[in-house]
Amino acid sequence: MAVVIINDTPVDIGTERLNLIQAAAKIGVFIPSYCWHPALSVVASCRMCLVEVGEKKPDGAIAMQPRVVPACQTPAKDGTVCITNSEKARTAEARTLEGLLLNHPLDCPVCDKAGECLLQDFSYQFGKSSSRMIDPKNTPPNKPDIGEHISLFTDRCIMCSRCVRFTREIAGSSELHVVNRGHHSEIDVFPGDPVNNPLAGNVVDLCPVGALANKEFLYKQRVWFLKNASSVCAGCSTGCSITIDHNKDVVHRIRPRENPQAQGHFICDEGRFDYPYVNSKDRFQQPMSAVATGGSPVAVQAGRLHHDTWENVIPTVRRELTNAAKQGGSEVAAVLSPMLTVEEAFLLAKFIKGLSADAKLYLGWVPTVGKDEQFPQDRKGNPMGPVKFTIRAEKCPNRRGVEEVLRHFQVELLGFDRLLANAGKLEALYLTAGYPPRLGAWLTDEQTKTLAKIPLLIVQDLAPSPISEAAKFVIPAATFAEKDGCYVNHANLAQQLHWAVRPGSMGRSDGQVFLYLLERRGLIQASALRQEIAREIPFFAALAGDLGEFGVKLG
Amino acid sequence: MPDFEPILLKRINAKASPWLDAYRADGGYSALTKALGDMTPGQVIDVVKNSGLRGRGGAGFPCGVKWTFLPKDHPGPIYLCVNADESEPCTFNNRILMEHDPHQVLEGIALACYATRASVAYIYIRYEYGAAYRNMQKAIDELYANNLLGKNILGKEFSLEVYLHRGAGAYICGEETGLIESLEGKRGWPRIKPPFPAVEGAFRKPTVVNNIETLACVTHIVERGADWFKTIGIPPDPKNPRDAGSYGSKLYCISGHVNTPCCVELPLGVTVRELVDKHGGGVWKGRKAKGCIPGGISMGLMTEAEFDTPLDFNGPGKVGCLGLGTAAVTIFDETTSIVDVLYNICRFFAHESCGQCTPCREGTGWMMKIMDRMRRGQGRREDLDILDEVARSIGIMPGTTICGLADGAGWPVKNAIAKFRPELEAYIRGGQKTTVSLALAH
Repeated sequence: MAVVIINDTPVDIGTERLNLIQAAAKIGVFIPSYCWHPALSVVASCRMCLVEVGEKKPDGAIAMQPRVVPACQTPAKDGTVCITNSEKARTAEARTLEGLLLNHPLDCPVCDKAGECLLQDFSYQFGKSSSRMIDPKNTPPNKPDIGEHISLFTDRCIMCSRCVRFTREIAGSSELHVVNRGHHSEIDVFPGDPVNNPLAGNVVDLCPVGALANKEFLYKQRVWFLKNASSVCAGCSTGCSITIDHNKDVVHRIRPRENPQAQGHFICDEGRFDYPYVNSKDRFQQPMSAVATGGSPVAVQAGRLHHDTWENVIPTVRRELTNAAKQGGSEVAAVLSPMLTVEEAFLLAKFIKGLSADAKLYLGWVPTVGKDEQFPQDRKGNPMGPVKFTIRAEKCPNRRGVEEVLRHFQVELLGFDRLLANAGKLEALYLTAGYPPRLGAWLTDEQTKTLAKIPLLIVQDLAPSPISEAAKFVIPAATFAEKDGCYVNHANLAQQLHWAVRPGSMGRSDGQVFLYLLERRGLIQASALRQEIAREIPFFAALAGDLGEFGVKLG
Repeated sequence: MPDFEPILLKRINAKASPWLDAYRADGGYSALTKALGDMTPGQVIDVVKNSGLRGRGGAGFPCGVKWTFLPKDHPGPIYLCVNADESEPCTFNNRILMEHDPHQVLEGIALACYATRASVAYIYIRYEYGAAYRNMQKAIDELYANNLLGKNILGKEFSLEVYLHRGAGAYICGEETGLIESLEGKRGWPRIKPPFPAVEGAFRKPTVVNNIETLACVTHIVERGADWFKTIGIPPDPKNPRDAGSYGSKLYCISGHVNTPCCVELPLGVTVRELVDKHGGGVWKGRKAKGCIPGGISMGLMTEAEFDTPLDFNGPGKVGCLGLGTAAVTIFDETTSIVDVLYNICRFFAHESCGQCTPCREGTGWMMKIMDRMRRGQGRREDLDILDEVARSIGIMPGTTICGLADGAGWPVKNAIAKFRPELEAYIRGGQKTTVSLALAH
């Protein structure tokens, strides 16, 4: 039992190994810091977290050290006394801030970080509003091409060296360095060696000021216009927790959300920069059908597919599938994409099995690219030291969840290759896909031809492809940013997604479409559905409760 | 003490050959032979500890005590880093030792390694010291050829490898952890302590860092004993229980506006006035001194009136200086503008700050900018207050930096404002401009 005294308040930190910043945070006392980051080594160089520290002796006497010390470097031990709000500590903080602002350009009006900048925040809380320096500021040159996605505004840098430590300790590729000395120190790369490692985008999040900027986001939005939704990255089976920053139904930025159970503090660039397809105008905006389904088609697209309305398409699809099932249940099948949420997979499985117990359910294509990439890795790609981040080869978020749904509805788990083998016998197929376009064409021409022969082919996908051209009905699919639900990652961790943007005025989320098909009323309620799933499928029993911020382990 | 017989400079003053044969003919390596033959490592440490030898590099930490901080029964390897990065301005005592009597230093290194059970010694030598580097390397080669380095030295159970490592010209690499980082091939950024180098230093192994002159003293202490060493210098102040005394002799470097700049060995406790008048040949051009830098510029400034302060480990502190430092005394005469002195000092530290800690990185740069403006005749009265505040708030003493560079950067500024304020104010008030051009530091 270790008790630390923070500003006269005793804090029991148990047996945890904490520094004073963390110990103070336990009782809501905030100690400002720049260079310290829980996932990186401690350098204690920004000197923002200066506090007064002492020791309470067993006899109750308190001996304070004469100097201020950095809280990030000071371990919280039994009897440690920490004072953050004294004149001395506050003066030290204000002096550090004055120093940081001496050569800072104060270009907040044109800085992307404005609004979420720690230099702004701490200056407001702990600093002064004026500088006493009347001499010219240093004006180091900006480095707009320090990385493919990253730009460095050198003059805004406060030399916390978080980015340098990240590329050394987490990514391992060590592109970023400090060059020059003293007040001319700068972050830089070696010529011809930009920061392009697969985790590079994290240095932008780590930067406490506006020095490192994300070029995809630069000058797009002021951050105070952004709304945030907590979600899960659909890029691979790691299932990183993310925050989707959006405004007016446009996704502007993906940021990692700390989750010790999933990935830790960071995300990879694949997940971070792969959102533009969500905003793409090339996506299906409304359902389409190859035949007139009553009423007049809204518009006619090139080829055989007509734009159609949900009011027409849903009953027609339901009717045609029902008819097909009546002729022979085993001739009806559905493909459940691993891009679906657990709730969606459950609803679709329920609908198809409701048509006929003989109808078959298949697991959709599981995209796999290369091998799992583990970090830190050295310049040659060899892993170094304990693994701190993994980009998985399996490029879909919910194979585990869909598999467990399938196992519940039919004993045998059928893979996508089995579908291709059986396609010739099928009368009707409901094919869900929704793969992000970066994975490329996922069906070969031959496979497309095989599937195109199925008389009643319903394709639910994001954008036109050869297979959607062959379909009788096309249902627009939704992306992860438009979904409520949960994904189960490679380690059976179920995490919640919250929708950030709406799938267009004529779009519907996948789950909503399945509700329509099931003739269930109302809008999709992921938590109510999870209750239902938890009752029906033992594997998902834990979904009955709140998934919380970090998700729950299943099985 | 007019009749003081130099110890470290004895052979150098006699212009003796620096090489092994001559050194051995003068009784060299007898201390090592004695230690390896008759003494345990613990006994060597005890002798050095009892002698009260304090580090000659600047901080004055008791050398023997430092050696006892090494973990007991460590499986090794333990390293000795020899700090030959003598980068404090005006200091050149290590250079003389390395260039003209390298074996005296190397014997001390071997003794220190024997005492601390270090198996490897790295000599981190300042890049600018080309001659010292070559002479040291030649001396090391001689030792390897004569079984005084390498495996089983003198046929005993003691092996030692010595490597010379040239720095790249950074002041900060004279700070012990900056030196270790630089030695490991990294940027010379001082490390946060704890862990101290004695626990985790070079290559994450226990490491002792000692100055060249300290190790040269070790040779003579082991040879002649702790009691002999204590007959030289000044005993501890009985009123101050924390005073470890200032035993032994010290190489004083005298430079600046004196007639005969030189390096002279004297017992600790000599006054600046004696150094200038007796050994430096008096202030040049028949002028009077305005003040001096008592021990390298990071120790602060002394006025002419304070020249009677004894230069031992306690003396300079009594007149507001940081300490003895490297005991490199630089005199500036009465015609020197204190603004120029201060500007040059500030420029040096702004250039040499490693840039790691915010207060030092920004503070040294700011002080240089203020002094530059002041030199150009645009100083303001409040600038002196800002300078004083910045100078007092940076460094390990107020707790705002990792290493002591910032203390050294602030001290001369603080001293100048306290001791030369009327001159600074008159300069600002009169709108004077300096026309003296200073050579660029970079």
